[in-house]
Amino acid sequence: MAYEPVLTNHVREPNAFTLDFYLQKARGYEGLRKALTLKPNDIIEQVKASGLRGRGGAGFPTGLKWQFVLKDTPKPKYIACNADESEPGTFKDHVLMERNPHLLIEGCAIGCYAIGAKVAYIYIRGEFLHVQETLERAVAEAYRAGHLGKNIYGSGFDCDVFIHRGAGAYEAGEETALIESLEGKRAQPRLKPPFPAVEGVYNCPTAVNNVETLCNVPLIVLNGPEWFAGLGPEKNGGPKLFCISGHVKRPGTYEASMHTTLRDLVFGDQYAQGMKDGRAFKAIIPGGSSVPILLEKDLDTPASFDHIQKAGSLLGSAGLIVMDDTVCMVWLAMNLLHFYRHESCGKCTPCREGGDWLYKLLQRVERGEGQMKDIDLLFGVATNIVGKTLCAFGDAAATPVLTTLNHFRNEFEAHIHEGRCTLPAQWRAKGPMLAGAH
Amino acid sequence: MSFHPHIEYATFHRSERKLAELGDEFRYTSEHQAIFDELVTHYPPDQRKSAILYALFLVQKQQGYVSGASMRFVAEQIRCTPAEVEDVVSYYTMFYTKPVGKYVLNVCRTLSCALLGAERVTEELSAKLGIAPGQTTPDGMFTLMEVECLGACDRAPVLMINDDGWHERLAPEQAGTFVDDLRARGYAALTGCHLHVEKK
Repeated sequence: MAYEPVLTNHVREPNAFTLDFYLQKARGYEGLRKALTLKPNDIIEQVKASGLRGRGGAGFPTGLKWQFVLKDTPKPKYIACNADESEPGTFKDHVLMERNPHLLIEGCAIGCYAIGAKVAYIYIRGEFLHVQETLERAVAEAYRAGHLGKNIYGSGFDCDVFIHRGAGAYEAGEETALIESLEGKRAQPRLKPPFPAVEGVYNCPTAVNNVETLCNVPLIVLNGPEWFAGLGPEKNGGPKLFCISGHVKRPGTYEASMHTTLRDLVFGDQYAQGMKDGRAFKAIIPGGSSVPILLEKDLDTPASFDHIQKAGSLLGSAGLIVMDDTVCMVWLAMNLLHFYRHESCGKCTPCREGGDWLYKLLQRVERGEGQMKDIDLLFGVATNIVGKTLCAFGDAAATPVLTTLNHFRNEFEAHIHEGRCTLPAQWRAKGPMLAGAH
Repeated sequence: MSFHPHIEYATFHRSERKLAELGDEFRYTSEHQAIFDELVTHYPPDQRKSAILYALFLVQKQQGYVSGASMRFVAEQIRCTPAEVEDVVSYYTMFYTKPVGKYVLNVCRTLSCALLGAERVTEELSAKLGIAPGQTTPDGMFTLMEVECLGACDRAPVLMINDDGWHERLAPEQAGTFVDDLRARGYAALTGCHLHVEKK
């Protein structure tokens, strides 16, 4: 049976972002109406039964996260929606917020009701000003029509949704760093525990949820947890957005069930339609730049959290970056380490110093000035970052090095033996300016 | 001696406190003051500091960059110390502590964009404008910047112009004409970065 999109079914229709459209075509705010007739705890139980897992990267069950939010406290509680989409290769929340913003607002309101919060902050990355404008218009519409504000639908439930603009920091996507940034500080992670469910925004109990996660909540309330769980493999239920970029014919955001294989997503007619310019497939990063590479032999893996993990990688944020045979893997690691070196918040020494060290080593190998012992050094520095930092950023920064060494060690050796880059692609910089001058 | 003598590492994140130049005295226009006063109400009364990023964006909107005087002004508005403001300004990449050009060309350089020629785009823009990334043209029209992933990888290579304009799928060969077009027509030259169904 063909999969029918439920999150993005209307995104290409004119005015899909308006309240009128949402009410008429998408059963808008019916989920919230229904939720407010239920007990908060029943909603948490429904979300747990649906098996909804966080769409931001970690895949943690959302129902459990909400259950952990401290109940017996006089402090206010908060929802912090993570719309800081900055994992390289990920652009799914971009589409949802731009074309279906009311679904997110409804999800925020239901989430607030479920955990006993009155305020949701949507932390959106500073670069998404054009998306933020759409979102702000939608929030204003929702207030005017009584879907947000005081005493919603006469239920006695108050809910405010505010949009908080970031200012350019990948690290703000980490949940405790997001909270720090929301509090007006540098986006640097906190030591856990205490987890945000106990001490989050303003040291109050907080649930930090990804945009796509919250967008699924109204659907679960409306259609029931069994329907949701039935859309995908066991423990990987629901719709999933896949962002496909790189050397494919038709990059974009595609909604599919997690039964869909990586091969279908990359080569399928309704998805990315195969490799660009008839080139050969070389490798795929299946979950944003922070996860290990998969190869041709892994392509028949269903793109679910559990299947991809079994294949040796992670679904992460479902940002699929596809690479053809022109990609030099030393260059790839160097490109990504440039990113991680720049974005490291600097709080933990292994990540701050190690990232820079790895980048410089990769630069040297890429330029053809490396020595064989540099390969061991790369491995040694990378493994000394893994697990030694406050947040998962350190592991993410080491991954591009470890995974390319694991699968493509021969390319590193060829660079060193031949004293040059053995795969200098046409699409890369021609001059020396960008080949690691800064 | 360094642990690894061949490479000078630990230079990138070296702590260097460079105080921004004080510049002219700064106050919000009454319009911006009103926007700020409204934004502060989104946060609990004892958490004014949450509005600091918005406060700095307003500064930048008003005078193009964040000067030392404006940091002091923001500190007064937020009721924190100027050092706390400086701490925030120096962390986030979207704040400029020096004047920038009318159009800041932010070229995404991260993997998905790089795979489709972003490095070449930067080279072509650099050659056309006669400046290296990080520099501003003498006429004050363009600043060229390399930035990390902008979250629009399906439209690679992507450029963000200032913080509110987008241009997608810029082939390196088109970079030169794109600059001319931008100079002549301003934002009308941009493709935007939307599923702009309404405009089609």
